[in-house]
Amino acid sequence: MTETVVQEGVTTRAMTVNLNGETRAAEVEPRLLLVHFLRQTLGLTGTHLGCDTTSCGACTVLLDGVPVKSCTLFAVQADGREVTTVEGLQKGAELHPIQEAFREEHGLQCGFCTPGMMLTATALLKENPDPTDEEIRWALSGNICRCTGYQNIVNAVHHAAAKLSGKGR
Amino acid sequence: MATTEVRGLGHSVKRKEDERFIRGKGTYIDDIALPGMLHMELLRSPFAHARVVSIDTSRAEALPGVVAVVTGELMAQHNLAWMPTLSGDTQAVLATDKVRFQGQEVTAVVAESAYVAKDALELIEVDYEPLPAVTNPQQALQQDAPVIRDDKEDQTSNHIYHWEAGDKEATDRAFDEADKVVALDTHYPRCHPAPLECCGCVADVNPATSKATIYMTSQAPHVHRTLFALVTGLPEQNIRIVSPDIGGGFGNKVPIYPGYVVATAASLLLGRPVKWIEDRTGNLISTGFARDYHMHGELAVKDGRIVGLRASLAADEGAFYADAQPSKLRIGLFHIVTGSYDIPTAHVQGDGAYTNKAPGGVAYRCSFRVTEASYLIERLVDVAANELGVDPAEFRVQNFIKPDQFPYESATGFVYDSGDYEKALRLALEKLGYEDLRKEQAEAREQGKLIGIGLASFTEVVGAGHGKEYDIVGLRMFDSAELRVHPTGKAILKLGVKAQGQGHETTFAQIVAEELGIPYEDVEVQEGDTDNTPYGLGTYASRSTPVAGAATAVIARKLRDKARTIAAHLLEAAEDDLEWERGRFSVKGAPDRAKTIQDVAFAAYTDLPEGLEAGLEGVHYYDPPNMTFPFGSYAVVVEVDRGTGQWKVRRVVAVDDCGVRINPMIVEGQIMGGLTEGFGIAAMELITFDEEGNCIGSNFIDYLLPTSWETPPFELGETVTPSPHHPIGAKGVGESATVGSPAAYVNAVVDALAHAGVRNLEMPVTSDKVWQALQEAGLAE
Amino acid sequence: MYPASFEYFAPTTLDEALEILERQEGEAKVLAGGQSLIPLMKLRFATPRALVDINAVTGLDTLEEEDGGLRIGALVRHKTCERSELLSGRFGALGAAAPLISDPIVRNLGTVCGSLAHADPQGDWGSVMLAVGADVEVRGPGGARTIPIEEFFQGPFTTALEPTEVITEVRVRDPGPDSAGTYLKLERKVGDFATVGAAVHLSFANGTIGHAGIALTGVGPANLKATSAEEALAGRELDEDAIRNAAQLAAEAAEPRYDIRGSAEYKRSVVRVFVERGLRAAAEGRSHD
Repeated sequence: MTETVVQEGVTTRAMTVNLNGETRAAEVEPRLLLVHFLRQTLGLTGTHLGCDTTSCGACTVLLDGVPVKSCTLFAVQADGREVTTVEGLQKGAELHPIQEAFREEHGLQCGFCTPGMMLTATALLKENPDPTDEEIRWALSGNICRCTGYQNIVNAVHHAAAKLSGKGR
Repeated sequence: MATTEVRGLGHSVKRKEDERFIRGKGTYIDDIALPGMLHMELLRSPFAHARVVSIDTSRAEALPGVVAVVTGELMAQHNLAWMPTLSGDTQAVLATDKVRFQGQEVTAVVAESAYVAKDALELIEVDYEPLPAVTNPQQALQQDAPVIRDDKEDQTSNHIYHWEAGDKEATDRAFDEADKVVALDTHYPRCHPAPLECCGCVADVNPATSKATIYMTSQAPHVHRTLFALVTGLPEQNIRIVSPDIGGGFGNKVPIYPGYVVATAASLLLGRPVKWIEDRTGNLISTGFARDYHMHGELAVKDGRIVGLRASLAADEGAFYADAQPSKLRIGLFHIVTGSYDIPTAHVQGDGAYTNKAPGGVAYRCSFRVTEASYLIERLVDVAANELGVDPAEFRVQNFIKPDQFPYESATGFVYDSGDYEKALRLALEKLGYEDLRKEQAEAREQGKLIGIGLASFTEVVGAGHGKEYDIVGLRMFDSAELRVHPTGKAILKLGVKAQGQGHETTFAQIVAEELGIPYEDVEVQEGDTDNTPYGLGTYASRSTPVAGAATAVIARKLRDKARTIAAHLLEAAEDDLEWERGRFSVKGAPDRAKTIQDVAFAAYTDLPEGLEAGLEGVHYYDPPNMTFPFGSYAVVVEVDRGTGQWKVRRVVAVDDCGVRINPMIVEGQIMGGLTEGFGIAAMELITFDEEGNCIGSNFIDYLLPTSWETPPFELGETVTPSPHHPIGAKGVGESATVGSPAAYVNAVVDALAHAGVRNLEMPVTSDKVWQALQEAGLAE
Repeated sequence: MYPASFEYFAPTTLDEALEILERQEGEAKVLAGGQSLIPLMKLRFATPRALVDINAVTGLDTLEEEDGGLRIGALVRHKTCERSELLSGRFGALGAAAPLISDPIVRNLGTVCGSLAHADPQGDWGSVMLAVGADVEVRGPGGARTIPIEEFFQGPFTTALEPTEVITEVRVRDPGPDSAGTYLKLERKVGDFATVGAAVHLSFANGTIGHAGIALTGVGPANLKATSAEEALAGRELDEDAIRNAAQLAAEAAEPRYDIRGSAEYKRSVVRVFVERGLRAAAEGRSHD
């Protein structure tokens, strides 16, 4: 874990966030983006950065269970809220069905879009436990992938849907 | 010993590397944080062409948190203001006299945080004197064009090179005797590989140890190490390039970029690690673009057969000639342009020009310009079929190289290893239901509905390559595999290539499993750390399987030979009396007298025949005897909206032949990725410039990438025609779909309008262009 | 990628928010969804001295029908609109537009009122509101005021809002019991701005068109109300002739410019096609509440 460098004389703001089920507190500059807070202040590098115009979705995390682009939020906006990153998907050693599904269906190649893609998918499945291909593609259209061509990602979401409903969730 | 089923070639085993990626535990360059690390940001030129009159960095230097501001002048003091390119030219690291493209690197700020570095950039004052910009090769090659590379003593124009292949006289004769000549002018537009992870490095020149460790996004770490040594003067044994996980390469991470050099110089001067990660704008505006070939093609046709081909092109190379390609080939492998067709004579020529744009050209899964060539021939063939009134599938079949002609020597000197083009096309047509679709198309036309069917039957050439012909800055394009088996029967395989998502940790382990019988789960594959791996030329141009895959098979077989010797010793039998069944030696006629490869591995350290060296390991550097020639046929069905000009892809059928498939699941993944990139290129991806050289397409709002919504589903098929010269018969496949598919998409949209006389549409085939064609053809709503 | 520094406030009441805005003398920006503002700040095209985050202010997220019209509070997200049953039928233009704003992740945070305040000439909501008719409720140091949507947009990224004012809600006017509408958007991919957008809304009275609303995106310096087309429809039956005529007038009213997305002629033609299609869709979607 690295500390975010704060220059002398710059006002910081205290914040507390529920990060993957744990309370984390920090003093940050208001201008610190949530994605940098996660990657640099907290050392959780599973959330990635792919662009500078809020276009690619690589930085997607869940804010109170809702997918958001963490590059387009300030860390201070997450004060008092729940943030889930890819690191929070597994419970102990047990992988989330979406993680297993991505592996089983070859839904990733370079892995860079994968954290954001999986989080958006889990939010979709919570709301729509048995989506069609079209509904999956629509829900994921804010997450760019350059490697897979999306088809195996769609398969992975179906696979996870089946697993999750099988477990009676 | 527990028996694990040994799954080698042909098994769609799940990937080992996924374990860390699905947990968000990959190590990409920006994930690396070292103690004392500083952050570097680059100031880029707003002008496409301008004199740099003065640079005032004083206010930036005074900002608290800023450690250093690096200018071209400072770099020049260390002979680092310019660096060599992979094409034998020079490129500015930081601007000194002029800036030559919008986005060019001018100054660097090194600070305690990237936020502060960005604050400091705003405090740097650069005085520019704008110059007229040159924005295309035609303009560049005019008499009175401003000379962009006036830094080069003998450069009096913007012309860089002229290159030819084939036989001009014979081709001219063929054209004279033709009964029809079909011509096409087309521009393969500038696009960009745009991997999701941008380029970057953490340069750590440690003053205490003199070791320079550079973590960088590199598809070719060993070449980069050697180049760093030559450019910086740091001794090569003290340089370690580490390329851990890469978030997509597609050729974007083959060149050496100024940022890497400045960060390394800064680390050397400051004695602290320096991280430089470009932003997406930097990536799109300054790193290696792809394509930008203005092409003219002609087919000479006689009695329905193609009897000659002419192709000429003007290459827009940008401000520095920095194509990442074999040094002897100015226009890469473009001369594969005769494609899948038996064309007796051809003449190809190309001229390169400097323009005020970013340098590059060879990138984005192009197989060294095969994308451009394949596009030209597959469009020409469709245009020809249309003009001759022949069905485009039949025209292709009539002109295909036939199976009994292999190995086939093409008119431009390639020796195609193997192929069965008609088989792949027929399979694609069958899967598509081609006949029925043509009927549906005709009926739909009656109702005013526009359906188009587009085909492409590509042959591409990969696996660079045989050392005499193929080298990168003189380094021959062999590749390597170092295999070591441990006493407990597990193995480690170290490679000279470097994946960026292609699954090497799994597929190369499968080769070892096939040849040596060690389960792929027990084979650790390492790439990317130059201290730890044998010298290789890296992963691009689909060369890993053809070259490093061959090296792996060869060394695994050598170890199997030694294993036989040890097994014979253990079994007290003659070597010739032993049978090998993947992972197990047994005595002929006495199958219970056997030793597993694991037994042998242990014995290699504990119980050897007299005089035999201990261990079970070796390294092989493989020099491929020839290239390999993957091929395929793609079919695309589109529907065109007559009111808006938008087109939607209804179906994509893709039949690929890449010889033996190591892991079919991974092969299909590569193909689907390529079909998507091909779609993006055909439909929406574009970097363009206005008259002043301002770049349009330098962010993801303007540079459009297809999402899951636009991207169609894919139907895949395969034929298998092994490569006769490759140890495991495999050909490489990573780029096939990006090579072959753009023409299929474009052919489909043109086909939808062809009945009304539309002959060509230029990429990206955007809705306004389609509408324009509809309008002119009287088809618009 | 890295915004300039600013002061950050997160008031919990509207009064507090207004008080901060006044104190900041117009140098502060309101932060609701932030999906337009923060990208500008990251590129340093916007460098406000302070941000007033209103996400913690209660009572601003109402989405409900009232007196036949629709109230959309300042914190109502695009995604809420996308999912809401309220935005179908009589408010079909809104329901059709909501799923087409940006991409699904941005829609989770971005707000309708924030879009209106941002006034991007390629923004979709502006055209929709101009077509259906709406009033923007605003609070400022001088108290509350209502700005009719027809007076709200003043140019690209310019509105009638003072920097010390906050939109509290937008009220869509009662379109009557027999009305329908839609929104058509030509985008090159999900997340793109409109090359051409057309909002079409029809209120029927006794079998003929009582009131028509047609507004266009991306073919003018701001969202453009095609008044001549609207007037040509008023009082008429919605037959093919009326449809074609209105579509032609709308195309003529557009002021498209040539750019990377296409020629002016192209965009004008798409206006015509979209208005035709939109009117036909509205005719099919008529509901009698």
